[in-house]
Amino acid sequence: MSILVDEKTRVLVQGITGNQGAFHTRQMLDYGTRVVAGTSPGKGGQEVHGIPVYDTVEEAVARHGPTASVIFVPAPFAKDAAFEAMDAGLKLLVIITEHIPVHDAMEIMAFAAARGVTVVGPNTFGVISPGKTKLGIMPGTTYTPGPVGIAARSGTLSYEVAAALSATGLGQSTVVGMGGDRVVGLSFVDLLKMFSQDPETRAVVLVGEIGGTAEEEAAEYIKTMQKPVVAYLAGKSAPPGKRMGHAGAIIERGRGTFEGKVAALQAGGARVAALPWEVPRLVMEALGGS
Amino acid sequence: MKLYEYLAKEFFRAAGIPVPAGRVCESADEAARVAAEVGPVAIKAQILAGARGKAGGIAFADTPDEARQAAGRLLGSELRGYRVDRLLVEEKLSIEKELYLGIAVEGSARRPVLIASAQGGMAIEEVPERAIVKKTLDITWGMQPYMARVLARRLGLEGVLARQFEDIALRLWGLFRRYDAELVEINPLAVVSAPAGAGEACAGRAAPRLVAADARLNVDDEALYRHRDLPRVEEGTDLERRVKELGLSFVQLDGDIAVMANGAGITMATLDVLARYGGRPANFLDAGGGAAAEPMAQAIGVLLETHPRVILINIFGGITRCDDVARAIVKVKSERGLPVPLVVRLVGTNEDQGAALLREHGIAAFRQMEEAAARAVAIARGGDS
Repeated sequence: MSILVDEKTRVLVQGITGNQGAFHTRQMLDYGTRVVAGTSPGKGGQEVHGIPVYDTVEEAVARHGPTASVIFVPAPFAKDAAFEAMDAGLKLLVIITEHIPVHDAMEIMAFAAARGVTVVGPNTFGVISPGKTKLGIMPGTTYTPGPVGIAARSGTLSYEVAAALSATGLGQSTVVGMGGDRVVGLSFVDLLKMFSQDPETRAVVLVGEIGGTAEEEAAEYIKTMQKPVVAYLAGKSAPPGKRMGHAGAIIERGRGTFEGKVAALQAGGARVAALPWEVPRLVMEALGGS
Repeated sequence: MKLYEYLAKEFFRAAGIPVPAGRVCESADEAARVAAEVGPVAIKAQILAGARGKAGGIAFADTPDEARQAAGRLLGSELRGYRVDRLLVEEKLSIEKELYLGIAVEGSARRPVLIASAQGGMAIEEVPERAIVKKTLDITWGMQPYMARVLARRLGLEGVLARQFEDIALRLWGLFRRYDAELVEINPLAVVSAPAGAGEACAGRAAPRLVAADARLNVDDEALYRHRDLPRVEEGTDLERRVKELGLSFVQLDGDIAVMANGAGITMATLDVLARYGGRPANFLDAGGGAAAEPMAQAIGVLLETHPRVILINIFGGITRCDDVARAIVKVKSERGLPVPLVVRLVGTNEDQGAALLREHGIAAFRQMEEAAARAVAIARGGDS
């Protein structure tokens, strides 16, 4: 088992003819991902690494029955691509594209909620269930199959943590990048719920960072969980971030700081690592003691 | 992108939100002229930092002479790290009460949120939770007038003030959507009972009215491409602006270890690890995902300009390809030389090609972040190059 994606997931790549889309389609195919079709308006009829390209998602869905879409479409056109995929009936979107305007992201999430669609990202490295499939841009060799679920706000930092886990023999069930933008689809709480239900996952690692309230919300949920949770947070020594006027402070109300997040997570029962490479030891302890 | 108050107020005025009469001034004489036109004035330094009042950035003057003197003191002074080049000189309001009204993006709700309080003003962040009312909005359906009425009632507003509040809130929503705003904010939204100033037609009327005494309009940087009509407001040091033009995220710090990493999370973690090992980072430079060789080479060039004792490059490639990073490093080395030691950690997509290319040019790359960070700190401390 795993969450969100597995070896049966049939993948559509939107923006497959672009530089990043084509490169990572190759990488996904090499990993074993079942990429079944791609889209690129105006490029229908072409092939990319042997994968057929269509002008519209509707055509790709009719001929190949994809169950998830990975979106590499440039930011100004990403909202349109996401709506097109949702309108064509896809229920899982992984939006790799970064620099999507936040109003567009809010519109995507509103439509997704109305259509019952799960959105990973935007500005995410994607989702990988090691040994089964990857939908995204993460380096596949970093991961090994195993019992640890990872939910991360930051891409490269989660590679770091996954590599440290793999090096100590702790494989991963599924690793999910939530996306680095202010408005993203899945939250820590959503993923903690999914990992709680997944029989293969025995422990969950959260890779968080300063700003926002995602970690504090996760801390509340962790209190109700049976499976152990380990967290690593970046930003202890970061320069004070851009303040979003008063409204940001009113929303966060003192949450959002490194110290506040660590305290909340610990109060929720999570073990918090001070350095990325301390995560494996804490996971080992948690599994040994659970 | 934050807009200066005077620019934000131009957009507020154009949207039909009442703002005080006045205009932006770049000289003391001009400030005096505005005072002669509108009577007693508030003189407000135009800087992008908040808590400007507490820093002494707001003065009041009853006469043109007083306005000239106050403006002369403020112009050219430094407030919260910003030089004051412009002042907004506008009619001084007789404020009875200060409200707060704003619309922001609430990440955890994935929606916009309307926020209001009957206790606006400088201490808004300390106002107790129960004195703040919020209404989450749907981005596609937008704000309905009843939502503003509900908020107005919860703030205890009645009659004319409640109707004005509803009108202002709806217009503020229009601005939020029209300009892809991350934040639109009026603090304080002033309840004014004195007659409107000489600059307005309805002089003599004493009924209470609402006026946006301050205005904030922060536009989403990612959406600027579709707002070519907006003025561009530059922020940050010259160096920070130059790196930003390369499409990278950069903040200057005061240490001696220059840092470049790929991704905000790993860049922050690199700073954390350096600090933990006793090192002092000179900057935060996030080369982002998928940066090409050329901008990265230019970014390394900028790091060299800050004269660090050592440069630490920490890359875990996903969409960033290690061979591109290696090409950037080689380019800098061959074109301008490397006057300070360079510590490279390089793993991820195309790492073998990247490491091989660096080796050909006599540069060793670490595979572990821990080792690379420790090495950089040792060099910075001991001058061990």
